[in-house]
Amino acid sequence: MSETTAPVAAGLKVKRRAFLVDVFIRLVKTKPLGTVGLAIVLLLFVVGIGADLIAPYGYNEVDLGSRLATPGVGGHVLGTDHLGRDLLSRIIYGARISMIVALGASSLAAVLYITIGVISGFFGGKVDMIIQRFVDAVMAFPGLVIMLTVISVLGPGLMQIVITLGILGGIGGRVRVVRSAVIAIKENVYVEAARAIGSPPFTTMMRHILPNIFAVIIINFTVEMGGVILTESTLSFLGFGIPPPFPSWGAMLSESGRRYMLLAPWMAVWPGLALSLVVYGINMLGDALRDLLDPRLRGGLGRYGRLKGVITK
Amino acid sequence: MAEDNVLVDVQGLTMYFPVTAGVFRRKVAEVRAVDDVSFQIKKGETFGLVGESGCGKTTTGRAILQLYRPTAGKVFFEKNDLCKIGGEELRRSRRNMQLIFQDPYASLDPRMTAGNIIGEPLRVHGLVKGSEFQEQVAELFKLVELEPRMADRFPHEFSGGQRQRIGIARALALRPKLIVCDEPVSALDVSIQAQIIMLLERLREELGLTYIFIAHDLSVVRYISDRVAVMYLGKIVEITGSDELYDNPMHPYTQGLLSAVPIPNPRVDRQRKRILLTGDVPSPVNPPPGCHFNPRCFAVKAGCKEAEPELKEVTKGHWVACHRA
Repeated sequence: MSETTAPVAAGLKVKRRAFLVDVFIRLVKTKPLGTVGLAIVLLLFVVGIGADLIAPYGYNEVDLGSRLATPGVGGHVLGTDHLGRDLLSRIIYGARISMIVALGASSLAAVLYITIGVISGFFGGKVDMIIQRFVDAVMAFPGLVIMLTVISVLGPGLMQIVITLGILGGIGGRVRVVRSAVIAIKENVYVEAARAIGSPPFTTMMRHILPNIFAVIIINFTVEMGGVILTESTLSFLGFGIPPPFPSWGAMLSESGRRYMLLAPWMAVWPGLALSLVVYGINMLGDALRDLLDPRLRGGLGRYGRLKGVITK
Repeated sequence: MAEDNVLVDVQGLTMYFPVTAGVFRRKVAEVRAVDDVSFQIKKGETFGLVGESGCGKTTTGRAILQLYRPTAGKVFFEKNDLCKIGGEELRRSRRNMQLIFQDPYASLDPRMTAGNIIGEPLRVHGLVKGSEFQEQVAELFKLVELEPRMADRFPHEFSGGQRQRIGIARALALRPKLIVCDEPVSALDVSIQAQIIMLLERLREELGLTYIFIAHDLSVVRYISDRVAVMYLGKIVEITGSDELYDNPMHPYTQGLLSAVPIPNPRVDRQRKRILLTGDVPSPVNPPPGCHFNPRCFAVKAGCKEAEPELKEVTKGHWVACHRA
């Protein structure tokens, strides 16, 4: 019987991978801006991971002999700052920090808002009401004030930023987005069918609800990433973020960028440009993914999965 | 009716849904979807349940399976009162009773393969070990006349009839004793309907199944059912053998329904006198006093507006709830 087992099992795997490959192909074909966004995000990851190999200098390599060097002078492609540190290298190491913050905080947030949102939407009733009133309360607070408070208690640092942003992102408005997606899916007859065959609630959630809100999760994850990078920069700019000498883009803008703005404008221009570019790229990617994955929008996957003819086995 | 031959015994089944309003979700009224319904189903029987949409036939089916917990009444399944059990025990008892859905498009998870959909009940109840899974699924595919090699396809790659077969195979996976067929053919076109009906008949004979067959297509119900209950506004108005019901309908509502069935012979069709039921079904939130059917009945008489008629046996095995019978 192994003969029948193998092709079926293999078939499952092929289809699973095909879903993401399919999304990728359609992204490239139909969404030029989204493709650019994807390229920017991939660039961020490559640079962030390979920072040690790519950067020409260390991020805190002080060279007082060539302070405030103009871009292109003395082998410093993007110039140097007031301590003679190579700006290109600092931008590259800054990409690593942005990447860690973006992935770490968005993942932590995703785990939280998926768990809370699915429970809230699936069980409904009193559970839902209590959770939603809690979310209301969280959303009523000004986010920045909470973050500043929490970080002044925890002290600045990469880990603190990731955890704070992750938790705050995970108990706020995105819970509601997931919840409403779950409520829509829950009304499908196949969820009732699962109940009729005696499937326990947890199994139903894992097997039927989660795969069907996958698109919503991807979109939220992407948008959250952009937001988190910006928030980290805001915090760093205000001096509550990553402590020096670590090269957070936001900190580079504020700590010295402002002071030397007229003397060496490139000190503020490069991190600002990097920041805008990455956030723009992530947002473009998120938008494109929403268009591709939301079955209600034309050109999406349609009600029952991918478009016919796109995938040939 | 020999007592031990009864598979399902429904006693006074009642299902009210609350209508809430305001900030505090106060209950302001209730929809009487099913109101004091009783009947028995023998092993191996096909029990038809017919009525207009909104009359509570689907709710009755769901309440028997405990997908809705009934407001009142008892549902004995092989002498166990299903309304009293819950949680894990109820979950295990679902092995014995399954549901086939009306809409073959909505009842299959679009992100699961056909093989996984059909095999899901086996997994949920831990009935198969690794290698057996594919075998069992292949067997179920053959049982409903689908090709086992289609197991790795997704629902949208099947036609409506094939999807309904998948739904049937899923219901059969646990080898249940009772299957509630909730309008299993109404969403299909006529040629496919016949195939599915034949399949259901064959499966009943081969596997010794008992069906509750919910439908509004009267000719389909006559063909497949042994006995038929007619529902109106949450109540059963007539129960009898299916041929008896069609040849000798006693309740005015049944007579009206049957007269709406087209006869495939224009000459006969033109000559017969049609009974036209006027008006709409009254709201189940606020049913009319007395016999629920009195505002639309063509043979209404004095007592109909005061007393609610009891379901009584008029001739042997023919139960009618009408003051005139």
